[in-house]
Amino acid sequence: MPPVLVVPAVLGLAFLVVPLIGLLAKAPWSTLPQRLTSPEVLDALELSLVCATLATVLCVLMGVPLAWVLARGDIPGRGFIRALVTVPLVLPPVVGGAALLFALGRRGPVGQVLDDWFGVSLPFTTAGVVVAEAFVAMPFLVISVEGALRAADPRFEEAAATLGASRWYAFRRVTLPSVAPGVVAGTVLCWARALGEFGATITFAGNFPEKTTTMPLAVYLALETDPEAAIVLSVVLLAVSVAVLASLRERWIGG
Amino acid sequence: MTLDAHVRTGRGTFEADVPLLVQPGETVALLGPNGAGKTTVLRALAGLLPLRSGHIRLNTTWDEPPSTFVPPERRAVGVVFQDYLLFPHMPVLENVAFGLRARGVNREAARRAARAQLDAVDLTPYADARPRELSGGQAQRVALARALVTHPDLLLLDEPLSALDAGTRPRVRAELGRHLREFPGCAVLVTHDPLDAMVLADRLVVVEGGRITQSGEPAVIARKPATDYVAHLVGLNLLRGQADGTAVALDTGGTLIVAEPAAGPVHAAFPPTAISLHPERPSGSPRNTWEVAVAGMEQHAHTVRLHLDGAPSVVAEVTPAVIAELGLAPGTRVWAALKATEIQTYPRA
Repeated sequence: MPPVLVVPAVLGLAFLVVPLIGLLAKAPWSTLPQRLTSPEVLDALELSLVCATLATVLCVLMGVPLAWVLARGDIPGRGFIRALVTVPLVLPPVVGGAALLFALGRRGPVGQVLDDWFGVSLPFTTAGVVVAEAFVAMPFLVISVEGALRAADPRFEEAAATLGASRWYAFRRVTLPSVAPGVVAGTVLCWARALGEFGATITFAGNFPEKTTTMPLAVYLALETDPEAAIVLSVVLLAVSVAVLASLRERWIGG
Repeated sequence: MTLDAHVRTGRGTFEADVPLLVQPGETVALLGPNGAGKTTVLRALAGLLPLRSGHIRLNTTWDEPPSTFVPPERRAVGVVFQDYLLFPHMPVLENVAFGLRARGVNREAARRAARAQLDAVDLTPYADARPRELSGGQAQRVALARALVTHPDLLLLDEPLSALDAGTRPRVRAELGRHLREFPGCAVLVTHDPLDAMVLADRLVVVEGGRITQSGEPAVIARKPATDYVAHLVGLNLLRGQADGTAVALDTGGTLIVAEPAAGPVHAAFPPTAISLHPERPSGSPRNTWEVAVAGMEQHAHTVRLHLDGAPSVVAEVTPAVIAELGLAPGTRVWAALKATEIQTYPRA
């Protein structure tokens, strides 16, 4: 193997791995159990898990149908719609958060309606965290599910139709089971992205302990006041990430 | 209960234009080469492809642009697809019960009916198997059971035997024939295999280039092909000409003497085995003789098929002994002889 390739490859690998090793080396392993069970960590962890899960539910409920429409629907401007869906994927999250704030803030066009009609205000609330996370994470789900749907043979849906199945029945009993692996992968990916969300969350939902301070926000805060706590929180997030990766291993690192 | 259809639809610039009348209990085979539009017709009947014009009626109007289009899920239709399209994530029993469940039959009743249908195709032991565990023949029977369980008025079969290997084909074909004879509704079968069509269908409709080129009983079509495609399928030489008494002046040049006097445009058909080959011009008997050149040779199981250029050009089938005796090779010139009594003539539309 030519050194001109091997050397940068090794450097690249080290670049990715060394910071994580550094993190683990710095972890206060002896006090870890106490640290993990401290109220701040537990609060942040609980909030993170609840918000990421709710955001994922939201993404599945809206994202799977959206993926189906993109993959199967006979609609004009499909390419443009697909591009719109992927915008949050490449948009800096903080811009997404600002956009949410302008749209859903009390004086935003949608926020005003929510406030006037339902008395609901999303910014700087736990619900706002869910919204911010869903906004950033949904493209992951949509793209994953749409890919699975495109790969699935649409003739099975035709067969279902000739057997008397409505499109909804065929979707439920034929299409969805056949793309289940794609939906699961997309859901896990979406959940992991929601869990790690920082920029949109802090912009749209702010940073209020027990209300909007999720794990990534807690890590950022703790870095200034209590670096050791930041490391503990980081180790927890790292552990969750590795678990996610492991759950997807057959899809991504099976080859 | 009669299927009355005039299918006019297609993709892009290709359009099939096929009128079709199928009586209850009748099986009609659409026979034609690949790309002839057979599957297009089938998809239109199933409701998977809307008509551009024409109509499809069975009890009620299913499709008649621009006013009426009944989607597939509301047609009393059952389809056996070319590669069966059994739902891979469902056990066999659920596959068969699917049509009933989709129509709102409760789970227990649907399973009972599905079990009975599986029984009818002798697959009861496979109720809990996954489709991928089935052999090709078994999968085909499951697909048939799944299509029949809802008692459709119209059964459509798209190349139902093409996915099977040669070994299992005859048995599955015979069994499918039995089910088709028992089926009380209208059945339309699409195939490019003449044997499947002849064995399974009461009537053949030959489709070429989106149009019907010939239709009728299998035996008649086999004896009196109207197009080169059908003649080739059933292994006959087919020539066209103008008859005047017992002489037929062929369109491609040459004259044939036939046994039955006729007048006007006719087809003349004869099997490749009726041609005999001679090194010199044979004389004496009342037969047609003309000089030909060997253009091609194909080895078959026990015979050799010769493509002979001449007036007319024909296909002959001879034994390897004849090849050796006459020293036949591509380019060799020999004399062909054909008895008048071997030629069947029939008027041409």
